[in-house]
Amino acid sequence: MVEFIKAIMPNVYAYRSRFFQSCEATLQMFVIAGLISFALGLLFGVVLTVTREGGIRPNRLIYRVLDVFVNVFRSIPFVILLIFLIPFTRTVLGTAIGVKGAIIPLVFGVVPFFTRQVEAALAGVSPGKLEAARSMGSGTMGLIFRVYLHEAVPDLIRVTTITAISLIGLTTMAGAVGAGGLGSFAINYGQNQQHQDIVNVCVVVLLIFVCFLQALGSFLARKTTNRKLFARTEK
Amino acid sequence: MITINHLCKTFRLRSGDVCAARDMNLDIHEGEIYGVIGYSGAGKSTLVRCINLLETPDDGEMTIDGTTVVIRSGRVFLREGGAEKPASEKQLNALRRGIGMIFQQFNLLDRSTVADNVAYPLRYTGMSRADIDARVRELLALVDLTDKADVYPSQLSGGQKQRVAIARALANRPRILLSDEATSALDPDATESILALLRDLNRKLGLTIVLITHEMSVIKAICQRVAVMEDGAVVEEGEVYDLFAHPVQPITKRFVQSASPLGKIDKMIVEGSPLLRVGPGGYLVKLLFHRDCVGDSLISDVSRRFGVNLNIVLANVEEIQGVALGGMIAAVEGAPEAVQAALDYLRDKHVSVEVIARG
Ligand SMILES: Nc1ncnc2c1ncn2[C@@H]1O[C@H](COP(=O)(O)OP(=O)(O)OP(=O)(O)O)[C@@H](O)[C@H]1O
Ligand SMILES: [Mg+2]
Repeated sequence: MVEFIKAIMPNVYAYRSRFFQSCEATLQMFVIAGLISFALGLLFGVVLTVTREGGIRPNRLIYRVLDVFVNVFRSIPFVILLIFLIPFTRTVLGTAIGVKGAIIPLVFGVVPFFTRQVEAALAGVSPGKLEAARSMGSGTMGLIFRVYLHEAVPDLIRVTTITAISLIGLTTMAGAVGAGGLGSFAINYGQNQQHQDIVNVCVVVLLIFVCFLQALGSFLARKTTNRKLFARTEK
Repeated sequence: MITINHLCKTFRLRSGDVCAARDMNLDIHEGEIYGVIGYSGAGKSTLVRCINLLETPDDGEMTIDGTTVVIRSGRVFLREGGAEKPASEKQLNALRRGIGMIFQQFNLLDRSTVADNVAYPLRYTGMSRADIDARVRELLALVDLTDKADVYPSQLSGGQKQRVAIARALANRPRILLSDEATSALDPDATESILALLRDLNRKLGLTIVLITHEMSVIKAICQRVAVMEDGAVVEEGEVYDLFAHPVQPITKRFVQSASPLGKIDKMIVEGSPLLRVGPGGYLVKLLFHRDCVGDSLISDVSRRFGVNLNIVLANVEEIQGVALGGMIAAVEGAPEAVQAALDYLRDKHVSVEVIARG
């Protein structure tokens, strides 16, 4: 087995400890930035939905501020955002490199995108359900947790999957500017040293990861839908 | 049970103001099924949504099951004793819990089972899990869906979904149920069974029901009193029977025509149908028999007594609130004095007589 690996990807074998470190770094960036972004994006998406005009708790000021923030950061390309945020990251965390330094730009890159996705998912909850819940005496929190978030679960899972996959892309980009991980491994050890096998292995690993996320997301979304898309056949 | 005074609601839109309620006054009694009928955009939904304050009226005063709510310039106050205090969101939610509501689109939670849907208003109220389960079972039995407790709404028919919605609306034992076009999305069979259920609940629980619809047949089937709405105002109101017998406003006449075979008579008169011809010297009359006077014997009685010929051109009887309402078009022929006497006699017997044409 080892002989086989040595034969078809000698450079990966040679740099194997670095390769595993890179996988770990990518996973760390993905999990930490992912969890923070998920929480913030969900929060912002809910706040935007609730405070918009005609929402269940309209608030012009909060809505405008958040809306502008999301729009601004969504329109900055991620590579530029990475550079732009370096001073900020350095002041906050004391470093702008490595996994630690990558978290802030990743969060800034993902949250606006995820916020919009959450907003779209919540917009799919019919106003009638909210109306009915209101007629039963539910307050704002009841409407958010028992209607919006409860009914939108399958859609939220779907958009979370999409966002998670794009987050993987962003972690590799962050790698290119010094964050470590599979992105920088592929560039520094693969591309720059002309070790094509390293690039190929990185591609395969990322591909497997993405496929796994997609399959998991689709499975969970299907499982939580509780609604048959086609008429059931009577027995 | 529900008294509404001077209720006003105007929606201010960019395209102009829409007045959905202009100085509305209603008095709905405890234990009755009160119908509200009107065409699309008349303001029916706005009216019921104001009753449970899903919509905040601009101005007005409402007393709902003993609680008086005063609204001034879009601000809601509760009147207790002599004092008026601004109503908190919490108080409004408590008020809403005392009023059940069902909708045209059912509005069930798709991701909750039938039992969880019914339990929705009971959760987070301090009720124990066991009590909630027991109450849910009781409610499902009430709407005859005991075997569907663990099924999701997507696996139910429209009529069954509306039953779940009714069970859910009644979970907190409200004394008032608002129904906004609850049967409009259902087929005739399901409509009938939902209306029967509502009538049943009205009798069994003494539930006061405000029923909104655009179908006069629904009003006829279960309502005792009805308000006809047009353009944000009640244009005619009263006992359903009286409205069918003597509609006044043109819009009411149209609604009555749509649901009553007697309406056809009016239509034929308006259209000048060839059936409605009468020989020289004869009278064509429209007779309306209500409540206790029964048509048949009276007609033969009249012909015998006054020696006139009474030919029935068209006749129809229907039952509203268990009371017969008969309508007839007849050609009366005979000596002029005899005809006059015969018609006077009929009027004496509380038959409304209207001469449509003279030969
Ligand atoms: N939230 C709203 N914003 C603006 N205008 C509204 C709103 N709700 C209702 N209206 C307007 O108020 C009027 C009355 O509407 P309402 O929904 O009460 O009518 P309806 O009698 O229930 O009609 P339908 O039979 O179609 O349900 C309509 O002209 C409608 O356009
Ligand atoms: Mg309506």
